[in-house]
Amino acid sequence: MQALTKRSKLVSNKKLSFIEKLYLPAILGGLKITLQHFFKKKVTLKYPEVKREFAPVYRGMHVLKRDEAGRENCTACGLCAVACPAEAITMEAAERMDGEEGLYREEKYAAKYEINMLRCIYCGLCEEACPKDAIYLTDRIVDSEYTREGFIYGKDILVEKVDDRIDITKRKKKKGE
Amino acid sequence: MIAYSILDRDWSFLTDKLILVGILFAVALGIAAYSTLAERKIAAFMQDRIGPDRAGFFGILQPIADGVKSILKEEIIPGRAHKFLFILAPCIFMTVALMTYAIIPWGKDLIINGRKFSLQLADLNVGILYSFAIVSLGVYGIMIGGWASNNKFSLLGAVRASTQMISYELAMGLSLIPIVMMSSSLSLRDITEAQSYWHGMHWNIMLQPLSFIIFFTCALAECNRTPFDLAETESELIGGYHTEYSSMKLALFLFGEYVNIFVSAAVISILFLGGYNFPYMNEMGLSPNWVSILSMGALFAKIFFIIFVFMWIRWTIPRFRYDQLMKLGWQIFIPLCIVNILITGLLITLKIYH
Repeated sequence: MQALTKRSKLVSNKKLSFIEKLYLPAILGGLKITLQHFFKKKVTLKYPEVKREFAPVYRGMHVLKRDEAGRENCTACGLCAVACPAEAITMEAAERMDGEEGLYREEKYAAKYEINMLRCIYCGLCEEACPKDAIYLTDRIVDSEYTREGFIYGKDILVEKVDDRIDITKRKKKKGE
Repeated sequence: MIAYSILDRDWSFLTDKLILVGILFAVALGIAAYSTLAERKIAAFMQDRIGPDRAGFFGILQPIADGVKSILKEEIIPGRAHKFLFILAPCIFMTVALMTYAIIPWGKDLIINGRKFSLQLADLNVGILYSFAIVSLGVYGIMIGGWASNNKFSLLGAVRASTQMISYELAMGLSLIPIVMMSSSLSLRDITEAQSYWHGMHWNIMLQPLSFIIFFTCALAECNRTPFDLAETESELIGGYHTEYSSMKLALFLFGEYVNIFVSAAVISILFLGGYNFPYMNEMGLSPNWVSILSMGALFAKIFFIIFVFMWIRWTIPRFRYDQLMKLGWQIFIPLCIVNILITGLLITLKIYH
């Protein structure tokens, strides 16, 4: 009969030879293998002290960027919310008042900007949709929370602090390609 | 008159023995405790992991942490269990495991202030018989524990343990007869001394390799170690005889197992690896006390090596099936042992072995 796949193997009921029946050579072979592993380099990382580096394309928690002068980039255009396949992003726009030029880069800004981290699938489409260089995914990890409400991140968490900028050069380079 | 003779006797041997008992007790439990760590470390290393290393440097304090955890855990006795036997079983298991230490010669005699200080609790002239009797008692702990738990899995584990014990005790005893024939004594000290020729390298393993393999395998089976750990298979019997045990009683069972391993390793070292003999022990020109201390070190090195091999085998070989285990014991080992006895007898008659 023709074999159905190329990988099929013929079953052999070959009788074991005397040496094979002794089992001892096989056991010694096994012991040799485990002993080799005994002296091999260990793959375990001692986690809290040593951390495994993220892949350069890793997509974690979002950040809302500021420009060099410390003004928020986001203009609440809503393109990220439209691009989001999980519908995780909601925002409310507001007009910039006089005297707020140091806070927001353009005349319109996001008064409220929320991402539901439980809905988010970390696809990075918001980042691609953004025309203002405002939203990026970083290699930070979203912390665990006790309630579902805790996972709805507002501007207080998402916008980077003026004196504590988040490095997104890795993501930027990828975008430029 | 009788009272006078009792008072008149030299009672110093009693303090000697009591000190030795104390030291041995501490050493035995200490080694058993660190065997648990060694087991986990060896398992980890053979699987390319690091193993426990959080409690102290290299996990040195891990056994203490485990012990404290075991003591503090909730103690559960199943409602339908036979309460007295349930509590008795781990006690029997542990006590019996510790009893074999009495006859093991740990080294040559020490001489302190002109007084001989024997490093053996009791030099029984039927040492091997004693050790066999005690080791076989160990299965009582398992059997009673499994039965008293009133749990099908526990009972199955207990039954397996006892059948395994019966099948392997026989081959174990038979495999030792050539050794006894060659050293013409049942005393462990005499057997050790008989291996001190050839500059301390006249080890029985070289003269009786087949006996060694059979005895070693049987020792694995006696200790309920992989590949013969059918009494406590996690996957089939959820731990076997100690399924229902918790807290310190479980710890006693697991701990007793490591004590057993230590005893088995000691017996194997004495019977086959020359005991406390080490190469050129009498030709080095050291003082007798130094030789005694070194001989003790040699015995412990051998014991640790055997324990390592036990663990090495555990993390290498998968478990035997039950019928394979029975077949190995009854159909392969016992005939081999008998053939071995005949050959040894022939060689002794022809004065090749003596």
